[in-house]
Amino acid sequence: MRCFNPVNQTVMASMRLLLASWRPVSRLCRPFSTSSSLRALTVPERIEEKRRAAMLGGGKARIEAQHRRGKLTARERVLLLLDPDSFVEYDMFVEHRCSDFGMEDDKNKYPGDSVVTGQGRINGRLAYVFSQDFTVFGGSLSGAHAQKICKIMDQAAMVGAPVIGLNDSGGARIQEGVESLAGYADIFLRNVLCSGVVPQISLIMGPCAGGAVYSPALTDFTFMVKDTSYLFITGPDVVKSVTNEDVTQEQLGGAKTHSAVSGVAHNAFENDVDALLNLREFFNYLPLSNKDPAPVRECHDPSNRLVPELDTIVPMESTKAYDMVDIIHAIVDEREFFEIMPSYARNIVIGFARMNGRTVGIVGNQPKVASGCLDINSSVKGARFVRFCDAFNIPLITFVDVPGFLPGTAQEYGGIIRHGAKLLFAFAEATVPKITIITRKAYGGAYDVMSSKHLRGDANYAWPTAEVAVMGAKGAVQIIFRGKGAHAEAEYVEKFANPFPAATRGFVDDIIQPSSTRLRICRDLEVLASKKQSNPWKKHANIPL
Amino acid sequence: MMAAAAAAGGVSSLRRVGADGRSLGRLFVARTRIAEISRWRWCLINSRTFQSAVYDPNEKTFEKLLIANRGEIACRVIKTCKKMGIKTVAVHSDVDSNAVHVKMADEAVCVGPAPTSKSYLNMDAIMEAIKKTRAQAVHPGYGFLSENKEFSKRLESEDIAFIGPDMHAIQAMGDKIESKILAKNAKVNTIPGYDGVVKDADEAVRIAREIGYPVMIKASAGGGGKGMRIAWDDEETREGFRFSSQEAASSFGDDRLLIEKFIDNPRHIEIQVLADKHGNALWLNERECSIQRRNQKVIEEAPSTFLDPETRRAMGEQAVALAKAVKYSSAGTVEFLVDSKKNFYFLEMNTRLQVEHPITECITSLDLVQEMIRVAKGYPLRHKQNDIPINGWAVECRVYAEDPYKSFGLPSIGRLSQYKEPLHVPNVRVDSGVQQGSEISIYYDPMISKLITYGSNRSEALQRMEEALDNYVIRGVAHNIALLREVITHPRFVQGDISTKFLPDVYPDGFKGHKLEDSEKRELLVIAASLYVAEQLRSQRFLGTPRVSVIQPDANNWKLSVQLGDTAHSVIASCQGSTFLVEVDGIKLSVTSEWNLASPLLSISVDGVQRIIQCISQDASGVFSIQFLGTVYKLHILTKLAAELSKYMPEKVVEDTSSIVRSPMPGAVVAVSVKPGDMVAEGQEICVIEAMKMQNSLVAAKTGKVKAVHCKAGETVGEGDELVELE
Repeated sequence: MRCFNPVNQTVMASMRLLLASWRPVSRLCRPFSTSSSLRALTVPERIEEKRRAAMLGGGKARIEAQHRRGKLTARERVLLLLDPDSFVEYDMFVEHRCSDFGMEDDKNKYPGDSVVTGQGRINGRLAYVFSQDFTVFGGSLSGAHAQKICKIMDQAAMVGAPVIGLNDSGGARIQEGVESLAGYADIFLRNVLCSGVVPQISLIMGPCAGGAVYSPALTDFTFMVKDTSYLFITGPDVVKSVTNEDVTQEQLGGAKTHSAVSGVAHNAFENDVDALLNLREFFNYLPLSNKDPAPVRECHDPSNRLVPELDTIVPMESTKAYDMVDIIHAIVDEREFFEIMPSYARNIVIGFARMNGRTVGIVGNQPKVASGCLDINSSVKGARFVRFCDAFNIPLITFVDVPGFLPGTAQEYGGIIRHGAKLLFAFAEATVPKITIITRKAYGGAYDVMSSKHLRGDANYAWPTAEVAVMGAKGAVQIIFRGKGAHAEAEYVEKFANPFPAATRGFVDDIIQPSSTRLRICRDLEVLASKKQSNPWKKHANIPL
Repeated sequence: MMAAAAAAGGVSSLRRVGADGRSLGRLFVARTRIAEISRWRWCLINSRTFQSAVYDPNEKTFEKLLIANRGEIACRVIKTCKKMGIKTVAVHSDVDSNAVHVKMADEAVCVGPAPTSKSYLNMDAIMEAIKKTRAQAVHPGYGFLSENKEFSKRLESEDIAFIGPDMHAIQAMGDKIESKILAKNAKVNTIPGYDGVVKDADEAVRIAREIGYPVMIKASAGGGGKGMRIAWDDEETREGFRFSSQEAASSFGDDRLLIEKFIDNPRHIEIQVLADKHGNALWLNERECSIQRRNQKVIEEAPSTFLDPETRRAMGEQAVALAKAVKYSSAGTVEFLVDSKKNFYFLEMNTRLQVEHPITECITSLDLVQEMIRVAKGYPLRHKQNDIPINGWAVECRVYAEDPYKSFGLPSIGRLSQYKEPLHVPNVRVDSGVQQGSEISIYYDPMISKLITYGSNRSEALQRMEEALDNYVIRGVAHNIALLREVITHPRFVQGDISTKFLPDVYPDGFKGHKLEDSEKRELLVIAASLYVAEQLRSQRFLGTPRVSVIQPDANNWKLSVQLGDTAHSVIASCQGSTFLVEVDGIKLSVTSEWNLASPLLSISVDGVQRIIQCISQDASGVFSIQFLGTVYKLHILTKLAAELSKYMPEKVVEDTSSIVRSPMPGAVVAVSVKPGDMVAEGQEICVIEAMKMQNSLVAAKTGKVKAVHCKAGETVGEGDELVELE
């Protein structure tokens, strides 16, 4: 039960305050009501009245309090997220059905309850949205609240359009008890059923605690707002009483924690406005559903543009680092790269970009961080992204410079074997167009994992600087020659530290000039647009979770 | 092959220049990319007046020449060698193995690791490279070994031609003390000062008092502003002595200093001389190099607006007299300080090719590198003094990878993620040794290129320069384009009213970028707003037939809020094809462009006024960085709704920086003068950072106790790294 409590004490306090001090909205905004109080309202008047109340949510004071916290209201957020005049609201008249603790009192009824739901357009394209209203009972989730969310999720799945959740909720509506818990479960179920059918995006814009966190966790992408949003199972007070740990809300579940340490959030933005504008940009990369191809936006960047600077970007010394993001920027359309999880497991880079207008998913090892090795976190980060792209028909472009999996007890005890297997599984299973470019090292098992030819890569290229081998020359020579033989290392380098062994076996399709990479990828994507590939029938695969 | 040349913009003169099909042939085989071929345009087109560009293939010359340098000057020398049919050898450090000069040369030899002392100054390795490649001659460029008598001695002993003056001229002129005595004897005007080596700080103070303040303390072996300090009192003399001797030791391996009278508010004007081994010497007019920062030249022009023909001749003749006095051969430069009364004083003679030689080439139509090679081969000069013209006007801007907002330029490093030279602007010459993707590292000079424009008169050359600066695309490193453009359009500069103190005089509080006039501000606002709307409209254009139809938002009028600096402006934009009608402050302007959002350069017309702008960056939050009139402006563009809602957004707490000393640039820590627990006074030196061979003293921004020291001497630090923390 505890985990479904809204454990954020301040939120609870403010909710109690809110309940105690509540005066009906109608009295606030309808000055004529006192003079004409005897006359019963007509239906049109009542409709008007309810609509007006719904628009005000928890009332002016609550709205001001919300603003003082540096947060926008649920409706303001929807307005900013969607194209002007495109929002179509559902269930504005829905009210909660709780009759305990004085909740049945009219003054405790808010048209629309604590969530705004509907559909609208982002750059002309359809999206379903729910936006939790913190001004109404702290955004707490009632049965009615959950029902409203489920309604749009059901319709989104039917129509085939993404669901965007703007989360700002104190947690379960305690007065409703199990009704609220049931509501969460109803949402979770739909999150799961929609998974892989339509993209689901969560933007955490306030508290999100207890059981509520599992809905964002089930969605495809979770974004957060810095300084004003929190995600945790239990808040600092409970943590203190259980484990005696002193921790602040921000340290425990703030945007920085989740975007850099836990990997729960896929990115964090400066404030509400910034986050919503970025969400609009992000949305443009996504197809509406698993039945749609990756979207193609008008592109001004020539698809046959040569990228001469790539010819010198890989340093001569194979131990020297470079920035894989530089390569990505140089190759993709207009240097636009929407990086996902930029602060977490930075030894792998993932994100969306466009090639000749078409959305692609980019995966790249990052030599600049931990030599670009694969470890537990980077494998999991990469695997989830690859599976998203595969589920939604987004071609995958993989840039490989990987010295191998990170060795050591920390990794082994942490289960690098089963976590590393996730990335392997994801690449192997994916049936979208897969293009791989080996820029430098592709060593050992990590070579196999990184979208290799053997895992059904469609176009696998090596740059002249590529080295496809079981391991680096030094280590290999030590094993083969037991330490003796300085020239042996040179021989190994000559034999293996180059793209030929892979190319002569057809494990790479071609050795290409780096400057032609963009041109080659664009051309391949054109051809692969009609790729059809399917995996054997199964109920579902059993990815090593 | 000729067709390829014509396609690259060749004109009829090309055939003349290219009479030597062999060298041109190699040229175009080596250059496969059109972009690089167009790099050559300046010399092909401008060569209509290049007398010495007409190369006589029958004149025997060296077969193979090694360039003991890097960057733009190495490329510059290779170009002339190619023209003359000389095979070239480049030397390079390991980090430079992909550098342009290496690719341009016929052969390349690695001479050591990145630090110059181990590569470009490594005489043993360079001598080895000469032997290995059997080069017959060495062009030293400028800097590095160009004025090193030891190097020229070793070449002489190996019977390798040194493209420069004889050893004894280098020695005589390289030593500031000796050169001053020689100049005096040759009846050249000299500055009052102390002709000897200064032993220690006490002696420095004594001498300084004798000469009278202000004085200049400089490295005896120095040049290029390194190891130079001005002192106005005893204390500054001591400090200057310490810094200069350290810098001199690290830059030249010679910590001897001398002191002389500092001429306040002077112009720096230099005379290019050219002499052969047969006693002939010419002066090739002057170069005005007064625009300097920290004693390093930034903008040069030829001729000078300040000299009348008499002064020019007098200076020229003294310069030639000095050259003859030391039996000078090859190209050299005699630097003068010229005071407001047109009195001129000999400063020093540089016994090498100068950085700013291209402007002399532009107005005299000579190829100085070619002349240097001819002279080294022993040929007499082909010209008489009367043959040396002043054709038109040339201006050179040194484009540096540095942040001009920090003391007129602190080095910046990085990768040139995008780089495009403005060669499509007519009468532009760009001497550079970089290309897109090149790395500007802490090891070498942060100069990106020399941008030279040429015109029949000064205003035409300056006009071209303005255009060229606007069309220059440099991304990935900070650069000084903003400062350059401000200077060349400043009324004082345009009038020719300049001195070596121009920058501190005109920008006493430091350079702050272009100050927008009201009309310019409106232009910027409407351009930014149009760009924003063009972007927004484009993000609605999806190709193909979607399963769920796309409903374009009905937005004919875009109500925007454009924030520039601290002011938010209400802007209303509407779109008609590729033209936007934009209203700001009640004034309606029409903005037309092709709106190619992938192009780094946007040509935009605002009510008929044509502007080249660069959109440096733009993000989903509506933050745009736009380079307009040289300066990059940050604008925040939001819809009216978003702007209104933004007022509820919390202010982010800004870190208190006064208690943290950060490195202003990447470099190496030379000394740390404090330890945790020390009390420091505001302005007290905390540590010294050396970058690009310049030592910079970092001081405490407030009085307080040192909390932590995060660096130690010898460490390398990056820009913005925390060095010392105060309580």
